[in-house]
Amino acid sequence: MGRLLKLHTYLVLAFLYLPIAVIVALSFNQSRFGVRWTGFTWQWYVRLFHHHRIAVYAENTLIVAVVSTLIATVLGTLLALGLYRYRFRLKSALKFLIYVPVVIPDIVMGVALLLFFAWVRVHTGWLRLSLVTIILGHVTFQVAYVALVVRSRLAGLDPALEEAAADLGAGGYATFRYVTLPLILPGVLAGALLAFTLSLDDFVITFFTAGPGSTTLPLYIFSSVKRGVTPEIHALSTILIAVTTVGLLLGRALLRRR
Amino acid sequence: MLKPPKRPENRTAVVELEGVRKVFDGETVALDGVSLTVYEGEFFSLLGPSGCGKTTLLRILGGFEVPDAGHVRIAGQDMKNVPPFRRPVNTVFQNYALFPHMTVFDNIAFGLRMRRLPAETVRKKVAWAIELVQIQGLERRRPHELSGGQKQRVALARALVNEPKVLLLDEPLGALDLKLRKQLQIELMRLQMELKITFVYVTHDQEEALVMSDRIAVMRSGRLEQVGLPEELYERPKTAFVARFLGRSNLIEARATAPDRVETPHGPLRVRGGLVPGRRYLLSIRPEKVRLARTPWNRPNAVIARVHDIVYTGAENQYILEAPGGELVAYTLNADISEPGYEEYDYGEKVYVYLPPENLVVIDEPIGNEPGTATL
Repeated sequence: MGRLLKLHTYLVLAFLYLPIAVIVALSFNQSRFGVRWTGFTWQWYVRLFHHHRIAVYAENTLIVAVVSTLIATVLGTLLALGLYRYRFRLKSALKFLIYVPVVIPDIVMGVALLLFFAWVRVHTGWLRLSLVTIILGHVTFQVAYVALVVRSRLAGLDPALEEAAADLGAGGYATFRYVTLPLILPGVLAGALLAFTLSLDDFVITFFTAGPGSTTLPLYIFSSVKRGVTPEIHALSTILIAVTTVGLLLGRALLRRR
Repeated sequence: MLKPPKRPENRTAVVELEGVRKVFDGETVALDGVSLTVYEGEFFSLLGPSGCGKTTLLRILGGFEVPDAGHVRIAGQDMKNVPPFRRPVNTVFQNYALFPHMTVFDNIAFGLRMRRLPAETVRKKVAWAIELVQIQGLERRRPHELSGGQKQRVALARALVNEPKVLLLDEPLGALDLKLRKQLQIELMRLQMELKITFVYVTHDQEEALVMSDRIAVMRSGRLEQVGLPEELYERPKTAFVARFLGRSNLIEARATAPDRVETPHGPLRVRGGLVPGRRYLLSIRPEKVRLARTPWNRPNAVIARVHDIVYTGAENQYILEAPGGELVAYTLNADISEPGYEEYDYGEKVYVYLPPENLVVIDEPIGNEPGTATL
């Protein structure tokens, strides 16, 4: 029984990670076509960096990820704090609504955003599809993730600590700055890293909210794959995987801190 | 005696409560019109069972709850709309509420830094507070590296370093073991006498309140039952609740037949006097004030009873007695056997129980069906 369970575990792990391992391996393979190993090389990475547009796509991706993460982290943290501190009508409804962007299919979200932006554009002339609309799109789902992570951190926070700060003469801002924020900071940073990695590799919502000239790396990978998978794409994917993994590991380490 | 009893006359009021009322969620009445004055330099305890409103009262003083009605004045200043961070009080919280991300030093310095005192002053004052509560050498530790007793001392230092007009303490010793609690009780009393700061101390432990306080307010269901010196509350409880909550009491229903005579389930008894004939009263007598004898004594208020149970507690023997009007409890000191008049009684033995009139406290309150009361 134990052995069977072990075998099962290995099979699941293989199923999950083998495809990723293959991509990483192929990004170092000398052979341009096919999946036969013919020797180790860095050349696809070198070529990738000489690709004429890749720097622009990477820049777009980073701008979107950094800006949307900053916005979402502030908003998500405030949302979590509001839910922690205050009692108000519709609080339970709001608690439930946080989960909507998390569970709703990305494609629905993407289409909804596209329609919404079109509607705003028709009435005001604003929100032409661009990096700005991608950022807004990313923020909509990132806020939920940040709020959930920060909320879990706040759940372990003794409300008496904020009262103690007030008791010792700290006003609202000082209490937040010197007591609340330092205590929830690991949660805030973990939420930010999660939001960052989600933005970095988002395809579906970006696809619907991107305009001309706002191609990001995932969009580029998708469009290139249509013309055949090249080792450069493997290299690019490997880099994305590495950055995302590092982000997740950092976030996890932060959440473990007491 | 560690401290002389203090009478509050001719002293300055520091905390004044007037008709304070607090209702939670529109239905739970936590405080039902509490009026109370605490004087400068007093060690004042709020005593009562959980849910009696004592913590709510303390939180109203700290500014963490806003009363629905009534007035709160601290040091002569009305506290309406005064937030916690502008009040001349500091709190020692139930579970200490030390800032986990700060060292002991930074925890204690927090209040001083909020007042933007110069770094040199902060250092001096923190050093003073650290010496005061005797935690030298722990300055650089974090709260999770401290024992319960040490945390308690840090919490105390963090509050006292700000030299508040009133120190509010919310069951500060509740989480500690008995031995440490006794030790810290004495230290708290020493600190309070040394610093002459007014303490408002919340506890559900009647012994703690009796030992430490100058005055005690016994609370029940959001109301004050009785406020007074510890010995007043113990010797002359005004209500059956106080008689039972502070120590143990024999409660006997009575109807006055003359100003100094009552009819009770145990038979006619004599009391100190001043009663209205025909009116119903409740008599209370402490178990240690009940006298036992093997042979009849020429004294009033004798009841013949039988020993039903004996509880040996070391310092005393507690006799549970079966009397005609119900159960009576008597404690006798476990004294030297050679002492004249020292007696021990056996299970089932017939004893003469004396309820000395001067020890029978007459409680004049409407009689409900108090559990454990001998009824007429």
